[in-house]
Amino acid sequence: MPEVAEPDFDVIVVGAGIAGCVTAYQLAQQGREVLLIERGEAPGSKNLSGGVLYSRGIQEVFPGFLDEAPVERRITRNCVTFLNATSSVGLDYQDARLADPVNAVTVLRARLDPWLAGKCEEAGVTVMPGVRVDRVLTEDGPAANAAGAAPWHANGTTGRRVVGVQAGDDELRARVVVAADGVNSFLARDAGLRPKDPLNHLAVGVKSVVSLPRETIEARFNLTGDEGTAIAVVGDCTEGVGGGGFLYTNTDSVSVGVVVRLDDLTAQQKVVTDIFDHFLAHRFIAPYLEGGELAEYGCHLVAEGGLKMIGEIVMDGMVVVGDAAGLTLNTGLTVRGMDLAVASAVAAAGGIGAALENKDTSKAGLTGYRERFFASYAGQDMKTYAKAPAFLEHERMYKQYGELFADVLYGAFSLDTRPRRHLLSVARRALAHSPLKMRHLVSDGIAGGRAL
Amino acid sequence: MKPLSVPERLAKNRFNLDEEESHIEVNQEIARATGTGRAIVACCPAHVYAEEPDGTISVEYAACLECGTCLAVAAPGALKWHYPRGGFGVQFREG
Repeated sequence: MPEVAEPDFDVIVVGAGIAGCVTAYQLAQQGREVLLIERGEAPGSKNLSGGVLYSRGIQEVFPGFLDEAPVERRITRNCVTFLNATSSVGLDYQDARLADPVNAVTVLRARLDPWLAGKCEEAGVTVMPGVRVDRVLTEDGPAANAAGAAPWHANGTTGRRVVGVQAGDDELRARVVVAADGVNSFLARDAGLRPKDPLNHLAVGVKSVVSLPRETIEARFNLTGDEGTAIAVVGDCTEGVGGGGFLYTNTDSVSVGVVVRLDDLTAQQKVVTDIFDHFLAHRFIAPYLEGGELAEYGCHLVAEGGLKMIGEIVMDGMVVVGDAAGLTLNTGLTVRGMDLAVASAVAAAGGIGAALENKDTSKAGLTGYRERFFASYAGQDMKTYAKAPAFLEHERMYKQYGELFADVLYGAFSLDTRPRRHLLSVARRALAHSPLKMRHLVSDGIAGGRAL
Repeated sequence: MKPLSVPERLAKNRFNLDEEESHIEVNQEIARATGTGRAIVACCPAHVYAEEPDGTISVEYAACLECGTCLAVAAPGALKWHYPRGGFGVQFREG
């Protein structure tokens, strides 16, 4: 591998989100020269998430994470709710075991990410905020890599080798570039790694952070101290568009939002802000927010394709991590992204470290990243839930099931002075009045059991 | 919580406006021919896009929350959208 000019850094990481910061931090810990470039005026200022971070992975990276990092609440109560226009049926799971050891925390990224970037600086990373990377610098790659006799994935056949990045008039060179530039990853696209994603794999999340006194939050959500609640909602909240709503408690605010699939949103010609307004005004949602003050309004594109979204994440001189690699996972009960960002960053730091050690930062030399990722719990989970996105696309999930469940329960709870029937008969009757058929229940039950 | 309009919501955010350069450009012809115009008006959480009486799409780039949803739904060639220059645009304080 001929090196023309001595690079400015061993590694340039683009994007100071969770994936970028963890990658940079671990490489600096290995003694590498690392530059972390962030386009926001400060790390975190462009970053937004729904807000639940499954935290075991990041605790391994930063053992003092829970005590030192600005996290909001430790999630001990998870609710999954089918919301209809005038009824709602849910699962409400609260468990003290989820607090010890802590499993998940709510975070606000404009507060968390500066802490992560600070850890990077402590470890010796050069952090450069306020700089937008415009493109990757490439040179002709090795026409045929001896170590890579197997034909590359079609998208990876760029014939180019990434040697650095360009920001304005500045060219910065490194042995490896890490694209941690988020779901839109202009770098991965620029390098030819990521074609345009199909709309059924993308969703837009719209979120408000609503300030409320912490005592009010604790009373309203049945919490003690720094415990927190995560409520996931499907059904009427998105007016029948594929997706869902959420309410997450922070220390003294609530993150409330909807996430809607772009293919369905455009097909149904709905306005995304109307859907959000409808959710906020819903009779079963509005009381949670009563008296609150809007602190901030934001949105975020979400990759929902699961395993299918992960294309080529390694090429000559560059790897892609976190959201930029399409790493999100919706299993119906848990919605994950930030923990996958951590796992991909740990795998990338390991793979890049090995490549630098072996003085081979070609695609073949960096492939340890991919191997490490898919060997990790996160990579295995992506495979386990590979069928979840297609299953969750069924519109029955968003319209008919919630109403069916409510009809069965209404039959059971509404003692209208007529003689009672057994629950099975009530359910059969409700099903007869529902557009759902027994075959849907059976096939969805089997498919759901396999996919989720 | 009292219902707020999108502009009222955006007024709670902090923006560092790049007065010299818009990061968004609509190709009106392609936008009209492909239906991209309507699609980006409907999918933008910040109401950056509006359909004018003459059918063109106007762009209020200062309101952009930089999610990229418009670019995802736009037909090829209908929209040029990239991130604002370093340090400019929305600056989240909560996130």
